Amino acid sequence: MMTLLQHPVSRRLFLAGMAMAAPPLLTVRPVAAAASMLGFDELYGKVTPLGLQFSEKTKALEGKSVSMRGFMAPPLKAEAAFFVLTEIPMSLCPFCSSDADWPDNIVVVYLSARQTFTQANQTIEVTGRLETGSWTDPETGFVSLLRLRDARYAAV
Amino acid sequence: MRTLLAALVATTALVTGAQAATVYPLDRATILTGSPFDFKVEFKSVVKPEDVKITVNGQDYKAVLGAEASFIAEEKGKEDKVLGSAVLLRGVKIAKAGDYKVEVSAGDEKKSVTWNVYGTQATPKARNIIFFLGDGLSVAHRTGARIMSKGMTEGKANGHLNMDVLDRMAFVGTSSTNAIATDSANTMSAYMTGHKTAVNALGVYADRTPNTLDDPKVETIAEALRRTTKKSIGVVSNAEIEDATPAAVVSHTRARGDKAEIAGMFYDVKPEVILGGGSAYFLPKSVAGSKRKDDKDFIALFKDAGYTLATTKDELAKADGDKVLGLFHTGNMDTVLDRQQLKKGTVEKFPNQPGLVDMTKAALDKLSKNPEGFFLMVEGASIDKMSHPMDWDRAMYETIEFDQAIGLGLEFLKNNPDTLIVVTGDHTHGVSIIGTIDDDKPGTEMREKVGTYADAGFPNYEDKDGDGYPDKVDVSRRLAVFSSNFPDYYETWRPKMDGPFEPSVQNEKKQYVANEAYKNVPGAVFREGNLPRSADTAVHAVDDVVLQATGPGSEGFKGYMEESDIYKVLVDTFALGAR
Repeated sequence: MMTLLQHPVSRRLFLAGMAMAAPPLLTVRPVAAAASMLGFDELYGKVTPLGLQFSEKTKALEGKSVSMRGFMAPPLKAEAAFFVLTEIPMSLCPFCSSDADWPDNIVVVYLSARQTFTQANQTIEVTGRLETGSWTDPETGFVSLLRLRDARYAAV
Repeated sequence: MRTLLAALVATTALVTGAQAATVYPLDRATILTGSPFDFKVEFKSVVKPEDVKITVNGQDYKAVLGAEASFIAEEKGKEDKVLGSAVLLRGVKIAKAGDYKVEVSAGDEKKSVTWNVYGTQATPKARNIIFFLGDGLSVAHRTGARIMSKGMTEGKANGHLNMDVLDRMAFVGTSSTNAIATDSANTMSAYMTGHKTAVNALGVYADRTPNTLDDPKVETIAEALRRTTKKSIGVVSNAEIEDATPAAVVSHTRARGDKAEIAGMFYDVKPEVILGGGSAYFLPKSVAGSKRKDDKDFIALFKDAGYTLATTKDELAKADGDKVLGLFHTGNMDTVLDRQQLKKGTVEKFPNQPGLVDMTKAALDKLSKNPEGFFLMVEGASIDKMSHPMDWDRAMYETIEFDQAIGLGLEFLKNNPDTLIVVTGDHTHGVSIIGTIDDDKPGTEMREKVGTYADAGFPNYEDKDGDGYPDKVDVSRRLAVFSSNFPDYYETWRPKMDGPFEPSVQNEKKQYVANEAYKNVPGAVFREGNLPRSADTAVHAVDDVVLQATGPGSEGFKGYMEESDIYKVLVDTFALGAR
């Protein structure tokens, strides 16, 4: 079984953070309750060959809890700390094929806890803290511009 | 024949018993006189430098190759595995034409290869060359484009494509040095350097070390033009400009995926006209949309080098100056069917992309200002990019657009008869047209609506606006086009009106499975693939490519030729061996 693993320390920190943020005895999941839906077509405002600009909505949601629906691209390696969320299922694997390339509007997802890889044809909803700006994954060198941190996901 | 067989037996007998080292350039390499190349010998074992003996035509190699090679005691593979010793000499030039027999030995390792160094005629036959490369262009693409664009009555075409009227032709063998099969890197590299190489490699022989940027180099046509002429160079593609075909004009790498480095190789050579997609690799990583992993800003570097930047069709039309960098998309540009009719793909994001015809026109306008002449490469990239996912309607429309770009070349030739025009594919696809699909045939099962032989009749595409494209693609009686090879997918029997086809997606076992987005299309049928489950889309065919040409120098194309032989005709037309 292929699994995606986030650093255990991060997970503990996240759980501690959640415990502090959530009112005592509350049983609903606070992140999900507070999360704003963000669509792939809402991520960017201006798009030109000289670059993409985040939309006002994306900028406003920076640091906040956000839910996005999309497809999980096959992971870079089984134990990678992140996966790539795409708008449509990836018909090509950019990590495997030199001919292929990622779409512009990918979102990198760092999970709060280990979750199993889902089928490529399955729509998922991911909820996490939205982070914007260039970031290079220290382990893989993978550069991303949008991330969902401390995230979890479920099949829709 | 008997003599040849005897010779082969003798050669084989010599090799057995001793380990064979590998020599680059490989046996039967063809090399332009005066053209720099890297010489490398890879021994299978670790040898002593004093045991290495290299002769060329019986002489000590240094006398012929001009310098002493460096000795590498141990080359390392992955995880520091020792691969053996090597000898390397970069930038060798041979001025005199002829056969050069290179004999190498060290311990029990022996290898003998023969290179043919060729010159050219003394005076050029043409001032300009326009090299039109239809990526994946197969016979079915030509036939389909002709029927869709021109129509057919009682078995005769109602009109000809531009590529139909070229004077001379050849069948071209596309195989790579490591397989009968082939990709767009090694094939275009053979056209643009005169050396065949391995799948995924550009402007190098593929050596054994993991580093993709240290492999033995050969000269590209752009470098040969810079070395010997003052001609201008243009590279036009509707793919990312770092994609294999346009990259092959200027690049040296074992891995076509080194796109960030390839952007830098364009900067090194600085073709006067660069038009295409792929701006993501020109932007520093801090810019959203960049695919670089460093802070290099090639947009700024090209501007500083005197280039006018264009990012839309309108900017391209207005671009003045001698040098133009036109980047119209962060990735591959959209197909003509999406741009002009369906408005799908990424057309909403990039609504003002020029087409291949616009880009070819702009390139010819700029390049023809140089009285010394020019070399222009125009790639119809999406013929291939739409044939892989078996999106035949888009592939045929792309072929029509490619043909219209060729029309501009033929117009140019009328006023500039000292121009050689070459039209070819780099490899083929396993695609065939077998008749029609007629929605009005009885029943609901789509396979019963496939018309073959007399039942095929003629399709009912119409081009009332005369733009060369059917006014609508989803006609009721359309071409039936199928691939000889495919992954698991749902056959929908009709054009993909919502965007380019994506037949299969990858699962958690890294296997490609049918994309269920097409499962509920009315009439869709699951087809179990005949390719390994690692194949994402339909693959290239090994079938020959048909090359056509017209203009001075085109008489060099005939019969069967290797892709590397095509380069000899190009450099002979320009007399690049004479300088």
